Amino acid sequence: MKLWMLIILAIILSFISLFVGPIDIKVSDILNGNTDQIEIFLISRVPRLMAIILAGAGMSIAGLIMQSLSRNKFVSPTTAGTLDAARLGILISMLIFSHTAFIFKVIFSFAFALIGTLVFMQILDRIKFKDAIFVPLIGIMYGNILGSITTFFAYEADLIQNISSWLMGSFTLIIAGRYELLYLSVPAVILAYIYANKFTVAGLGEEFAKNLGLSYRQVLNIGLILVALISTTVVLTVGIIPFLGLVIPNIVSLYLGDHLRKTIPHTAVLGVVFLLVCDIAGRVIVHPYEIPVNVTVAVIGSAIFLTMLLRGRAYAKK
Amino acid sequence: MIEIKGLTKIFGQKPVVDGVTVTIEPRTITSFIGPNGAGKSTLLSMVSRLLDADSGEVLLDRKDIRKWKSNEFAKRVSILRQANYINVRLTVRELVSFGRYPYSKGRLTEEDEWFVDQAIDYMNLRDMQDKFLDELSGGQRQRAFIAMVIAQDTEYILLDEPLNNLDMKHSVQIMKILRRLVDEKGKTVVIVLHDINFASVYSDRIVALKDGKLVKVGPTHEVIKTESLREIYDMHIPVQEQDGCRICIYFNSQVNVHA
Repeated sequence: MKLWMLIILAIILSFISLFVGPIDIKVSDILNGNTDQIEIFLISRVPRLMAIILAGAGMSIAGLIMQSLSRNKFVSPTTAGTLDAARLGILISMLIFSHTAFIFKVIFSFAFALIGTLVFMQILDRIKFKDAIFVPLIGIMYGNILGSITTFFAYEADLIQNISSWLMGSFTLIIAGRYELLYLSVPAVILAYIYANKFTVAGLGEEFAKNLGLSYRQVLNIGLILVALISTTVVLTVGIIPFLGLVIPNIVSLYLGDHLRKTIPHTAVLGVVFLLVCDIAGRVIVHPYEIPVNVTVAVIGSAIFLTMLLRGRAYAKK
Repeated sequence: MIEIKGLTKIFGQKPVVDGVTVTIEPRTITSFIGPNGAGKSTLLSMVSRLLDADSGEVLLDRKDIRKWKSNEFAKRVSILRQANYINVRLTVRELVSFGRYPYSKGRLTEEDEWFVDQAIDYMNLRDMQDKFLDELSGGQRQRAFIAMVIAQDTEYILLDEPLNNLDMKHSVQIMKILRRLVDEKGKTVVIVLHDINFASVYSDRIVALKDGKLVKVGPTHEVIKTESLREIYDMHIPVQEQDGCRICIYFNSQVNVHA
């Protein structure tokens, strides 16, 4: 697959995305300067598209970085406790501060996502049995433990509803003024590209990296900071989108290999395409209502993931 | 020149490498031999900075290796451990290009590309340079990793059991290449070997370890002798000469437990 084909596909899908929704907006409305329609367009449709693009690219890259650094094809923010830790961080900031202090939510969820992922990497360092399937299973268990802690305290504090809203990834509530945090993932993705060579070398192992004079720990830490940053911005604005960081990098790896300098652009654009398809499907199937994007992503993504597991065990071990 | 002085590594209570002092002569193949658990790999890891020593020091050009900058060190000394990085899908050329990382940080200059081409040709990998590593056989993969080290263009090349999992043909192929690297390119190769016959036939000098201690060091013909081998392996091993090569016939030896 060529990068320009993916980009054209993404542009076409973006265009469709702008004109799908409960209120009918036509291209002519925009051109004719129909103020009502333009307002909806700018307040709802454009922000939604931007959010999809940023979240789709961001989560895919976050997954790619994690797979490279953990040297495991099935590790991603969903399967390493990152997202659950971010949620725990949000809850704790809500318990300590008020519900409205957004900046504290950002800081706490970032800090927790970072520490949570670091802890997982520490666990990974200690276990001897590094099977391709076993490692993400540990990550999922670890994430569930964090999740149950979150649920317990949320229950005690009567915050269950707030917390579950972050469990459900959806672009329904994205309007201008409520998604701009996502732009933080732009510098994160650019940094990931700048560090692509370093991540690839680090992905060949600590000894390999040391042989080439690379400071492995530093690269690892930078990678995890980027992952935590992207995950936080997505969880706080859109909610949890499962499988994205898992499926997209693996598909790209199949046809392009694991050299991040080559795969990062493809991974980002394919992530956008995939998320656009899922979101448009969610909006069209029960029109004029909506299926949240995490449901469509989970259905399509888990099917792909299962296929990869069944067919690809050999591939993952290679 | 690499000088190892009183190098010691302790795991738990037990010294794995115990006060080893030895000098690596330039432009030679030096083989580390010895029974399992003798500390060969640990010693090599310390010399290449993968592992910190508990006491003693290693000098590269009379300067403690801990004082070298990582990047400068990577231009002088390269280390290849048993190749188990194969779950990463890189092409042969991409892997070899990473050998230039200490020089260019991944942005290859024309000079870097030249080194990469040279290394690929040297290892006879031109035909498969765009194949992914996981599509190669064990021998081809090992050659790709050695090509990377050649592209890294270090004076010292350290290899930890590079013949593991290779059949006879590929083992001989790899050893001949290492020999050429020393004879033609003036490299210094340090290698951990299990098979003493490969050590005997291809190396200039041998460093024999046992229980973390240095037992014998010297030119190959001085170490590959029945008496010395008894000291190292606790076995009676007859040595026969064949076309100028000393071959150790250990397959039917009396194992002397108390020696």
